[in-house]
Amino acid sequence: MEWETVIGLEIHAQLATKSKIFSGAATTYGAEPNTQACAVDLGLPGVLPVINKEVVSKAVKFGLAIEAEIPPKSVFARKNYFYPDLPKGYQISQFEHPIVSKGHIDIQLEDGSTKRVGVTRAHLEEDAGKSMHEGFGDYTGIDLNRAGTPLLEIVSEPDMRNAKEAVAYMKKIHSIVRYLEICDGNMQEGSFRCDANVSVRPKGQEEFGTRAELKNINSFRFVEQAINIEVERQIDILEDGGKVVQETRLYDPNKNETRSMRSKEEANDYRYFPDPDLLPVEIEKSFIEEIRGQLPELPDAKKQRFIDEFKLSEYDSGVLTAQKEISDYFEACVKAADGEAKLSSNWITGELAAALNKENKDITESPFSAETLGGMVKRIKDETISGKIAKQVFEAMWNGEGDADAIIENKGLKQVTDTGTIEKLVDDVIANSPSQVEQYRAAPDDKKGKLIGYFVGQIMKQSQGKANPKQVNELLQEKLKS
Amino acid sequence: MHQSTLTQLAAALEAKQISSEELTRLYLDRCKQFNDSLNCFITITEDEAIEKAKLADKQRAENKHTALTGIPVAQKDIFCTNGIKTSCGSKMLDNFIAPYDATVVEKMNAAGFVTLGKTNMDEFAMGSSNETSFYGSVKNPWNTEYVPGGSSGGSASAVAARLAPIATGTDTGGSIRQPASLCGITGLKPTYGRVSRYGMIAFASSLDQGGPMALTAEDAALMMNVIAGFDERDSTSAEQAVDDYTKNLNNSIEGLKIGLPKEYFGEGLDSNIAKIVEEGIKELEKLGAVCKEIELPNTELSIPAYYVVAPAECSSNLSRFDGVRFGYRCDDPKDLSDLYCRSRGEGFGKEVKRRIMIGAYVLSAGYYDAYYLKAQQIRHLIRDDFQNAFKEVDVIAGPTATGTAFKLNEKINDPVSMYLSDIYTVSVNLAGLPAISMPAGFVNNLPVGMQLIGNYFDESRLLNIAHRYQQVTDHHIAIPEGFE
Repeated sequence: MEWETVIGLEIHAQLATKSKIFSGAATTYGAEPNTQACAVDLGLPGVLPVINKEVVSKAVKFGLAIEAEIPPKSVFARKNYFYPDLPKGYQISQFEHPIVSKGHIDIQLEDGSTKRVGVTRAHLEEDAGKSMHEGFGDYTGIDLNRAGTPLLEIVSEPDMRNAKEAVAYMKKIHSIVRYLEICDGNMQEGSFRCDANVSVRPKGQEEFGTRAELKNINSFRFVEQAINIEVERQIDILEDGGKVVQETRLYDPNKNETRSMRSKEEANDYRYFPDPDLLPVEIEKSFIEEIRGQLPELPDAKKQRFIDEFKLSEYDSGVLTAQKEISDYFEACVKAADGEAKLSSNWITGELAAALNKENKDITESPFSAETLGGMVKRIKDETISGKIAKQVFEAMWNGEGDADAIIENKGLKQVTDTGTIEKLVDDVIANSPSQVEQYRAAPDDKKGKLIGYFVGQIMKQSQGKANPKQVNELLQEKLKS
Repeated sequence: MHQSTLTQLAAALEAKQISSEELTRLYLDRCKQFNDSLNCFITITEDEAIEKAKLADKQRAENKHTALTGIPVAQKDIFCTNGIKTSCGSKMLDNFIAPYDATVVEKMNAAGFVTLGKTNMDEFAMGSSNETSFYGSVKNPWNTEYVPGGSSGGSASAVAARLAPIATGTDTGGSIRQPASLCGITGLKPTYGRVSRYGMIAFASSLDQGGPMALTAEDAALMMNVIAGFDERDSTSAEQAVDDYTKNLNNSIEGLKIGLPKEYFGEGLDSNIAKIVEEGIKELEKLGAVCKEIELPNTELSIPAYYVVAPAECSSNLSRFDGVRFGYRCDDPKDLSDLYCRSRGEGFGKEVKRRIMIGAYVLSAGYYDAYYLKAQQIRHLIRDDFQNAFKEVDVIAGPTATGTAFKLNEKINDPVSMYLSDIYTVSVNLAGLPAISMPAGFVNNLPVGMQLIGNYFDESRLLNIAHRYQQVTDHHIAIPEGFE
């Protein structure tokens, strides 16, 4: 039987605010345990939550970026359950009335086509603390620094049909929240993580299969692996005549398997009800318009602009705009390179991306600035150096040997463009290679191009790569004619 | 001196007839003398009080004082007090020392009040007799075989016995007004949101409201001037400007329109109480008020609605008492579940557990719509009833409680009958309105209170009427025998 996979994602994006969602405590990551938890975060008797307005602005900003409806009123609700790192015995979240309702984003599929994925809702909630099971003997340590950190939970429609689409969706949401600067997107620190609802059904069947919820996946790679392994598991069960159980499962990247955490029967009854300590959040039209005015250029719009303005391919524009920092780097590079976009794009998506990738670095960690790279591109464009020499310059820049001009100067890498010098090199090579000259001259026109390579290679060798390849070619062709 | 009102004490302090230290020692001595029999204090903060009184004297000497600097007060043990045990009447918090002051406490401290101690109360404010306290029942000074009412029974008893000139209380379904009525003092439950709830341990967040428990309306007004107002730490506190509550105390009530809900004078009301309230209303008529009968048709729904909403909120509010971070923790928990079950099972009393169970039930999947949502709809009906009434009248008058104080242990095993005795008070909380209970007479030497309900933020008017009434009556001056 042919099976179809159905995936919906719940993404938790930690909103980048200085203080917590309902208290004034700081949200800095990595502080000593329990140093960033005030009376409100500890859930001491008598304390009350007060909404951080910054959190509301950021959520609305996200809503506008995915063209969602922003209801005039949203309500905080209590989700009641006991857990040691949940200080109040309930999490303040939103249930019936989220701050952001229906929206959508477009993702690029591998075949180049575009798919629209619906966003059901996005709601605000507070994060819980952390339980630490190691280092405390028979006890469990509780760190409440994270308790009360603002989260935006973004819930998709079950619109994705394979793991790759799920990854593309997650990457797109990641890109949007980073463009909006509402979340730092740091997946290692847990600032951006997701739960995946996965089910399979016979192809053509309209009704959804029973789903499993894969919890707390914190990398793009793991999302893909987790979904694929879970789909396999479910298909195996169904093909063996079994039934998939509705449950929560945990993905173990070390063993590449998913394990049951709890079944539906064991699921909590969260006893949601509106939090009487907080008034409904009322959002006025003028506030929405104010936020709309602050929206930056978003990935899709920027990609189109790169295509139009810089005449880049759709693919290159897509790569350059996927991450805001890359697009910023690119634009700064082009500016420094006197408007040379194509070469800038090639160097950023090619050499630089490869070098960064090799050292597992992000573009913000590049050893040289966009302006420095632009300086090098400029020298390629004005023919001070060839593309080939540029690779040497790039390597030297990567090793911190200064900017392109200094490296070209210090290493004497300036391209030879003096016609006299090049002519001499050409003459020498022709004189020293009589048999090759003969062969060339005897060859039919369509083979000549290949044979000329030998002479070019010799000259480049002689000039240590500095001879201007265009001039060398022209002169060779002319001299070899006779 | 201990028979004085706040106004009189302030005048004595100002005239240097007595120092704050002397005054504080006088009250502390009374507290120590009578607490064994009345059990109205959980904690008496003698050292802190004397230190604060000395500071008050210094401030007075340096002319850096308010009118109330140096006046003693008793704080209900539901208000968090920095460095002092705040038990909320529960074993669960018997070891809890709050690291901060509630806004009400902070404001009173800033105004120069001297805290004598923390008063006894029903556990987590759940009760109408003060018998659910982990620290034992409070006795009514009018007859120590009788309950003082609850949940602010310790404060009511302390003020009635003149162990403190004034006290704070909190009112979720009548917890200021009913004990005020049963102990013969004046208690004001302000409009929901008028007084900050920050640092006041939550019972039912949408109903809880702190307020004064005093000898007179004038004293209540003086305390309101200190504690009322917006608090940025409490999202539900009102941003509305605060009245000077003493300003209108002496206004004439000529032409005042008083509504008498026929539902408040029907079945269920002790005829002796009815008689006293009717006499009280006649006094108000003599002062120029005009009475008319009104209807509050959904009154009978208020008890069931209240006993859904309040337990629902309390079941969630009390989840934080889990033995993990503070408060009572059971010995040698086997595992997490055992830690939760035994810490809560051993730390909470019977009434609290009953309400948590009811609350968890009414919020459960499948029951929410039938109970919680329905109760919220009833709340709207009750609010509308009152708003319709206030189109015709300025205030509403009636009894505070269905009877006088009852005997200790008389009703404790009959929770439903206990709940039903809240009939005249709970609808006010459901609607969020202000209401005052003032002494109106005695039945069998036990006090009877009369309740006045006002429209939102109309505390000034309630205090004005009560003050005028107290100018022409002397029920509020009566002192229980043995406490003169």
